[in-house]
Parts: sequence; C-alpha cells; structure tokens
Amino acid sequence: MSGATMDASGPAQGRWWIGLFLVIAVLVAIRAGIGEGMGRVYVQTESTSYASTTNEQGRVTWSVVADGTDGAVTIERDLFRTAGQFRAAESAAPGQQAIRVSWDRTIGLWLAAFFTLAVFSFLAGDNPAYKLTESIVIGVSAGYWMVVAFWETLVPKLLANLAPDMVKAWCMPNLEGGAFNPIALIPLGLGLMLLSQLTPLGRHVGRWPLAFVIGTFAGLKMVSHVESDIIEQVRATMLPMVAFGDDGSFAVWASLRNVLIVVGVLCTLAYFVFSVEHKGAVGRAARVGVWFLMITFGSAFGFTVMGRIALLAARFEFLFIDWLWLIDPKGERGMKVVATLVSCIVDMT
Amino acid sequence: MSGGLDRRWIYLAMMLAVALPILWNGVTGKTFPESPTPPSQACFDAIEALPEGSRVLVSFDYDPASEGELAPMATSFMRHLMHKRLRPVVIALWPLGPTKAEETISNVIKADFPDRVNGRDFVNLGFQTGNEGVLKVIGTDFRKQFPVDRSGTPVDRLPIMEGITKVGDFPLVITISAGYPGGKEWVQYVSSSNPGLVLLAGVTGVQASQVYSYYPGQLRGMLAAIKGAAEYEALVSAAIDGDGVTPPRYTEARRRMAPQLFGHLLLIALIVAGNAMYFAQKRCKAVAP
Amino acid sequence: MSRSVALLICLIGGLTMLVSPFLPMATGWANDVTDWFNILAAMAFVLGGGSLLKVQLMRLSARGPGWGYSAVTLLAFVVTLWVGLGKVGVVADPSAPMVPWSGKPDDEGSAFWWIYLYVMTPITSTLFAVLAFYVASAAFRAFRAKNLEATLLLATAFVILLGRTFAGVVLTGWLPDWASGLRLENLAVTIMDVFNTAGNRAIIIGIALGVASTGIRLMLGLDRSYLGGDA
Repeated sequence: MSGATMDASGPAQGRWWIGLFLVIAVLVAIRAGIGEGMGRVYVQTESTSYASTTNEQGRVTWSVVADGTDGAVTIERDLFRTAGQFRAAESAAPGQQAIRVSWDRTIGLWLAAFFTLAVFSFLAGDNPAYKLTESIVIGVSAGYWMVVAFWETLVPKLLANLAPDMVKAWCMPNLEGGAFNPIALIPLGLGLMLLSQLTPLGRHVGRWPLAFVIGTFAGLKMVSHVESDIIEQVRATMLPMVAFGDDGSFAVWASLRNVLIVVGVLCTLAYFVFSVEHKGAVGRAARVGVWFLMITFGSAFGFTVMGRIALLAARFEFLFIDWLWLIDPKGERGMKVVATLVSCIVDMT
Repeated sequence: MSGGLDRRWIYLAMMLAVALPILWNGVTGKTFPESPTPPSQACFDAIEALPEGSRVLVSFDYDPASEGELAPMATSFMRHLMHKRLRPVVIALWPLGPTKAEETISNVIKADFPDRVNGRDFVNLGFQTGNEGVLKVIGTDFRKQFPVDRSGTPVDRLPIMEGITKVGDFPLVITISAGYPGGKEWVQYVSSSNPGLVLLAGVTGVQASQVYSYYPGQLRGMLAAIKGAAEYEALVSAAIDGDGVTPPRYTEARRRMAPQLFGHLLLIALIVAGNAMYFAQKRCKAVAP
Repeated sequence: MSRSVALLICLIGGLTMLVSPFLPMATGWANDVTDWFNILAAMAFVLGGGSLLKVQLMRLSARGPGWGYSAVTLLAFVVTLWVGLGKVGVVADPSAPMVPWSGKPDDEGSAFWWIYLYVMTPITSTLFAVLAFYVASAAFRAFRAKNLEATLLLATAFVILLGRTFAGVVLTGWLPDWASGLRLENLAVTIMDVFNTAGNRAIIIGIALGVASTGIRLMLGLDRSYLGGDA
C-alpha cells in the first residue's frame, strides 16, 4: 500500500493530511464528550416462534405461535431501536439488557462516517483516504451486483428451471411445480458462452450471445422508440393553434402556449437537420430552435443543481443526525445538542 | 480574474449554505409552506381517484446514490397508498431497489400500518435483470418475469396477485426513478402500449427536464426532484394529518427545502459575481490603450 | 462461419422483437427471447465481476503503482461475494423457518445488509453529493452571459433556481393576481410546460429516429462493429 500512496502525495502533503485528520479526530472527541455522546446504534432482539400446519394438498404453512409451543421453531432477529427508546428502557429498569448497544452496527456507523468524510476530502485534493474508499466501493459494487443477480434472477429463473428439486430443498422451499425445463438450457448455454469471454478461447464463441443481445435489444428499442417517442410525441405536438375555452370563448394563453410548442418543436428539429444548409428560412428556424434548446438546457441545469444540493443535504443530515447527534428532527433521541448550545450562548450574552 | 479565487472557498461557501440551514431546521423544526405544481397535484389526484383495495405497481428504480431526492418520494407514495387502503406490488429494475423498497416498507407499513399483511395487502417481488427487457415481458406475461416474491413464494399463491397476468391489469403504476432504466423506459415500454394505464413518476432533478416532455399525455403525473417530493409530501400530510402534527419522518422532503433555498441563492450569487468580474475585466481591456 | 452465425442470430433476435406487436402468435416467442435476454443480463453481472477480478489480479501481479489499492478492491469484492452468496448472518424466512438458506441475503442484521448500509450507501451517495461543489465552482468560472444564447440559458437557470424554492414566493409573491403568471414559481412551470417540453420533444424525436436507423443497420448486418475486427 505504501508504494501506492506515495504517488498521490509527497511528504509535505502527507503531513498536511495527517494534521487535518487529527484536527477532525480532536473535534469529534470533544463532541463525544458533550452530553450523552454520539454515534451509537441500539438494537433489541426480537424472538418469534413458528409452528407448521399441513393442509389437504400437503402444503406446509408456518404461522406465528406463542413462545414455548411444542414443536415450534424460534427465530431471533436484532432490530433497530432509537436512543430515545434505550433511555426510556433504562429509566424504567436501570441496567436492562433488552435494548443494548450493537457494536457491529456502531462500528458500521463510524465507518460510514469515515467513508463520507473521505469522499468529501477529495475536494481538498487527492489523498489516500479517498483512494482507499474508492477502491473499496469498486470491489463492493461489483460483488453486490453479482450477488443480487444470482439470488434474484439466476436462482429463481434459471436454476429453478434446471434443478427444481435441488433449489426447493436448498433455498426456495415454497417453490411449486418443479419439473426440469429443457428450454432453460438455451439461456444457460448462451450465458456460458458469454462468460467464456474471460478466457482466451472465448473470443469467437462469445460473439453469439453478444449478437443475440444486440439483435434483441435493437428490435426491442426500435419498436418502443417508434411507438412512444415518434408517434406519441408527434401526436402530443398536434395541438390546436387556436384554442377555445369550455364556454366557447377564445383562449389566448392556451393558443399562445400551443403555438409556442409547435413552433419550438419544428424549429428545434430544423436545427438537427444537418443535411440541409442552415441558410434562409431553415437558418432562421434553426436559430429559433437554438433559443429553445438554450432554454431547455437552462432548465436542465437548474434541475440538476437542485438534485445535487438535495443529495448533499442528505449526506450532511447523516453526519449531523445519525453520527454526531447534533440535531434530532425526527425526535428519535429527544436530545437537541445544537438547541442547547444556542440557548446557552443566548443566556451568556 | 475568477481563476484567482481558490476553488476551496467556493466549496466552503457551499458547505455552509447547505449545512447551516439543516442545523437551523434541526433547532427550530420549521419548514417552508409548499403549494403544489400541476404535475405533483396530478400524482396526488391519480391516487385519490382509485377505489379502495386497488392494486398499484410500484417500481423502485433507484439506489442509495439518489436517495436524498427519491427516498422522501417513496415514503410519501407508500404512506398515501396505505392510507387509501390501496395495495402496492413492489418491483425493482435497479439491483439495489429491493433493499430501498424493504426500507420504505419497514419505515411506513410496518411502523404505521402494522395490520397490513405481506402477500395480501402489499408484496415485494424484488429485482429482475434485463432493464427494458423486464418491461417488455411484463407487458404481456407478468408472472414469467416475476415468478416468486422475495421470500421465494410463488406469486400464484399470493392473494394480492390474483387476476394479475400483465402490467395492464394494474390501474396505476408508479416508478421512482434515478435514471436508466426508469421513468423514460416505463413511458416507452409500458405507458405507450397500455393507453388505459395511469403512469406516475418520481424522478431526480437530472431526469426531470427530459421526462417532462411526456407529461401529461404518456405520463399522468410526476414529482420533479426534491421540490416535487416536498409538494407531494405536503399534499399527503394535509390529507392524512389535517391540522394535526405530521410525524417527523414524513417531513423529510420539506426539511430539505431550506438547504435547497440557500444552495440555490449561493449558486446565483456565484454566477452573478463571476459575470460581474468577467464584464469588469472586459471593460478594463476595452478602456486600456 | 462464427461471424455468419452471429449475424443470423442478431437478425432472428431483432425480427422476433419487431414482429411480436403485429403477430399475436409471436408474443410468446418474443417473451421467451426477452426472458433469455434478461437472464443473459444477469450473466453480464457475473462477467463484469469476473473482468474486475481479472484486471485487478493482473495489476496486483505486475506490482505497478497503486497495486495496494487493487488488493483492497479485490478484498472488498471477494468479501462481498462471500457474505452475499453464503448468506452470512441471514436467518431463515418466516415462511420456512426450518430452511436456513430461505432468508433474503439483505435481511436486516445480515453481513450483506451491513455492507449495503455502512459501505455502499455512504460512499455512493457521497460520491454523487460532492458534485454539488463542482457544479458551484464550474458555474462561477464558466457560466458567462457572452451572447444571446448564453444569456437565455442563464436567465432560465435563474428562474428555475428561484422559482423552485421559497425565494420565488418571497421575491414575486406580491404580484397581483392578474399578473400571477409572472410570479417566479409560475414562470418556472411555464418554462417547463412550454419551452422545455418543445426543446426536449425535438431531442426525443431525433434520438428515436437515430435509434430506429441504428437498429435497422445492426439487424441487417450493415453495422458489424460489435463482432470485432477479425475472423
């Protein structure tokens, strides 16, 4: 790792980064010492017992029964609890263990805070913490998608058709109508050919599933785009240039709106026609089309800014609410550190 | 010129513009009033118009990267559906969508509507790979694409799926979408070929501009970015809570409108400042011999 | 041979999709073909993971700059795969409590869920969130009203930015009802409803025409770039 880090920062920059992280660590330590601390996750173990019944068709159904029922199977799960619930339980029965700190989740929370700060740290420049975080997310994402594809698609739609009895006994006990489906061998074969691309031998064989995907995708896209984006969008543009209200009177604004939409679509399309020189009437239409496009891009920019700021706000909320426990807008903890601080300052002044 | 200013000052200003309103909101608990725009109102009205017990297909087409904008929409949609005693059938076109759906189900249904039964009043059918391929198949054969729910129970055994053979059997479809595949694909592959079906979309700011062209023809209503989420959240709160207090977890989008305001103002100030410096320098160059 | 078979497969796949809306009897074929396509999409996730593994192993064995990060990526990948495929920490589903593997891999409390909540979520969402800073910096440096077109873009952005927040109400809420169309929040709606709709509609139609022509080229074998250069 050391060899990897040196290309991102020289010794001077390295010291700067260490200093910055130390400052953050000191601030966090101070915060952790105020009031009831910060960054803890509580859980409560929920225990549920299930007993089975078999109906006339021989189907087994499990339902919730009272604890201690003969033959019942008990499942335990740790479920989230808030700091407020923990305090309430503590005040009712000091030293209780029903609601307790979950160390794995608490470590996870602190790790999540570290990752958040590490990504933000890229704003000040590339650094080892950011690179480490980036490396982790690449690996985790690829693994995550593979796992999801396996359990959500490959098992129920491929394996369940190829080896239904095995899948039923292994992970899908509710599966019904298990019979080997030979048609499923086709996607399996194509899939294996696709995976063969990872080997030197797979260059030629791998073309067939690729051709299948491209041909199918092209056909799929053509139909939908022609139907939805050409026919329906042209239909939506066929608007009355002179509109009337419900009472039969001339509707000025509706007419103006319709005219603007029709003119806007036609002029913008004129701009996209590059096989005709943009001179004369076509040139003037294209110029109007550019104005419409500029307004479109302006609105897209405004909305993009809006989206990005919302995402940023969500991350700050995570840091302030879940990790630092500075504010409590959801009323989960009943502690308001910032409010207390503000009132202290007001009292002092 | 503007290049002389260290960009980190801009970053600091943006950080303060977003962080301080969050803290202010955390202290005061105040939010701005919201008046709905027509696309948001259309979403509310479409759900209100459904008779009790109707099945609604809800597609979670996003992941944590966009949850700042979309999670409040998902929460409000789910709360509205539950309040109206409608029955959501949840699917996902994004790999992390099912987990987002589980979170929403846990935060809304299990927390506030514990009487609703999985498989009868709601169900999560999970994610399927294939993007628009999934939409193509459910257009004519829903069960071929989603044969089981997330617990592995065949959909044939779920009371909520009785009589559902294709996507057109749902009177209403909602997509909460962060990009591809999402709102645009639902319009292209589902709405356009099922004229009777009502499609609503909650979309990110990046998508909003493009998806707007489908409204109100192919897309009956839409929530555009966090503002759309806040408007709809206010509508749902007014309908459910009336003059009473809305539980804080149902005010997430409105709380986020305060940092939004100051972030936008900062951005405008930066653009104005950048232009002022640009034109001042241009004038200096013109005046100089 | 391999190339000709590939072109034929491409044509058959595409034609099946094309004819299915017009021939009711072809709907079933199209569904089958699309279903295979969807299963192949799942295989593509596996291919992606395999590619990542291959590339990172090569970087690791070469011991070039940044090999340590490749090791971290590999470790993260393998651990995620192991806890996800092995359903580590997953308890049985209530519908089948006797079958330990019946639970969902991302159930609350499982190791896979932990990775999702405490690793995937903070990193991916913060990666998107930092773009707010870059947008602000870029706007300050590059957003200039140099000509009419740029001014239109800038003015529209201002109206949207103000009209989609409470600033719009504060700044123009005082306008009388007969001029309510000029209130910033209403102007923002008009821009979206009229100008943005027109501009984007033309873009959408243009893209659709492009998709249709590219599709025909692919199916007829006029565009064979996806097959590679040789054989």
